[in-house]
Amino acid sequence: MKKTYFLSIATCLAVTYISAQSLEESKKRGKEIYTDFCVTCHLPNGKGVEKTFPPLANSDYLMKNREASIRGIKYGQKGEIIVNGNTYNSTMAPMGLSDDEVADVMNYISNSWGNKNEKEVTEEEVAKIKKATN
Amino acid sequence: MKKLSLILFAFITCLTCAQQIESEVKAEEPSNVNYTTEMVVSDLNIPWGMDFLPDGSILISEKTGELIHFKNGEKTTIEGMPDVYVRGQGGYMDVKLHPDYKNSGWIYFSYVSPEGEEPGGNTAIMRAKLNGNSLTDKAILYKASPNTKVGRHFGSRIEFDNDGFLYFSIGDRANRDVNPQDITRDCGKIYRLNDDGSVPKDNPFVGAENAKTAIFSYGHRNPQGMVKNPFTGAIWVNEHGPRGGDEINIIQKGKNFGWPIISYGINYDGTSFTDITEKEGMEQPLFYWVPSIAPSGMTIVSSDKYPDWKGNVLAGSLKFEYLERLVLENNKVIKREKLFEGIGRIRNVVQAPDGYIYVSVESHGIVKIVPKN
Repeated sequence: MKKTYFLSIATCLAVTYISAQSLEESKKRGKEIYTDFCVTCHLPNGKGVEKTFPPLANSDYLMKNREASIRGIKYGQKGEIIVNGNTYNSTMAPMGLSDDEVADVMNYISNSWGNKNEKEVTEEEVAKIKKATN
Repeated sequence: MKKLSLILFAFITCLTCAQQIESEVKAEEPSNVNYTTEMVVSDLNIPWGMDFLPDGSILISEKTGELIHFKNGEKTTIEGMPDVYVRGQGGYMDVKLHPDYKNSGWIYFSYVSPEGEEPGGNTAIMRAKLNGNSLTDKAILYKASPNTKVGRHFGSRIEFDNDGFLYFSIGDRANRDVNPQDITRDCGKIYRLNDDGSVPKDNPFVGAENAKTAIFSYGHRNPQGMVKNPFTGAIWVNEHGPRGGDEINIIQKGKNFGWPIISYGINYDGTSFTDITEKEGMEQPLFYWVPSIAPSGMTIVSSDKYPDWKGNVLAGSLKFEYLERLVLENNKVIKREKLFEGIGRIRNVVQAPDGYIYVSVESHGIVKIVPKN
């Protein structure tokens, strides 16, 4: 009995450790993607540009709209959105990123500049998200 | 103690963050504009390039890979497009008619092509003919190598000079310290070809060991505006700097424009990559922008439709979403004005054969500048 108990704790710990490792690796790759595709508008500190490019830093939109955020990165973002109380109506073109790259950059931005998201975005999750139909 | 650490902090900040010299001439609000804009083509995404056919209809390239023919108020999507690698800032880019289009029928365009061995893509120049609603006689005239998956700095503007030479830009592909200063490598260059894609015999690096002989000038970062000066015939470009340091340059044969050895810009994160802004053997820009406006598209007004603007340079600002008017005296900028503030991300500005200036705006469309009333 005791043995099973210890074994399950060990498994739990191992799983937690592995998933944390995987998230760390993904964030690292995500930072590279961010530097290549996002930084010119959203800036190194994630603060964006007033009225034009919404902030990612401490962003309520990003934290509360996981699926819409992934969709925006995957297919581009268009139309009005409200971020931290301010309205933005700009367009972000689709970047041509593959699903694993979208996952990586999501894991990076949702864990930077005051954001926290321990539930890793995976390639599979990104793959399931379809283009908005309107 | 607190004071001391504050001073220390300020000192360290000064050390790590480079100081920049702002542009001497600042952009002003215009006091009086006698022109306004009128919608011509609505509902476009990223209309990267445009040119005007003899019948007044417009060819428009959409970055996502579509060529649109706009005629009598209707859009037709052209078929037979090449395979376009859409990634980051790259995709289907500029479109330009041959100077003698009526007789030759050639259309030139730039796009990111995945052709080659390495994964990713790089800028290519193709010419083709428009046959009905399809492209025919397609031939790649130039393809930069190597391919990379990096999503930045494809350059891609195309222009012809008075002698019929074809010029185009290819950005440094974000390989700053490797590409722009090396004439044996592509990227970070302005190129010159004959209209059939062959290399002119008097190109500056013909005969230089291992050189890419299509190169006409080097040391560029990412030129996305290019125009033949209608008064002098010279090729003018504007190019994106990093944080600050966008430039206007007059292209000269074989010259080194200095990127990244000299620059008025700094890294996006505020650190510096060079301490010098000038050096012997490297050209100074005609003008530099600090802060950056992110210039895309460029034209020099020569038409009689705009008497107030004759001889002025117009450049689109992607970042601040206005059209910048630069007034020059003896090739020196003496005044800058922000026109149509809030119009949107301006991708391109062209003076058409009808004398009107057309401006393409992302997520919006193409507007024409017309006199008020």
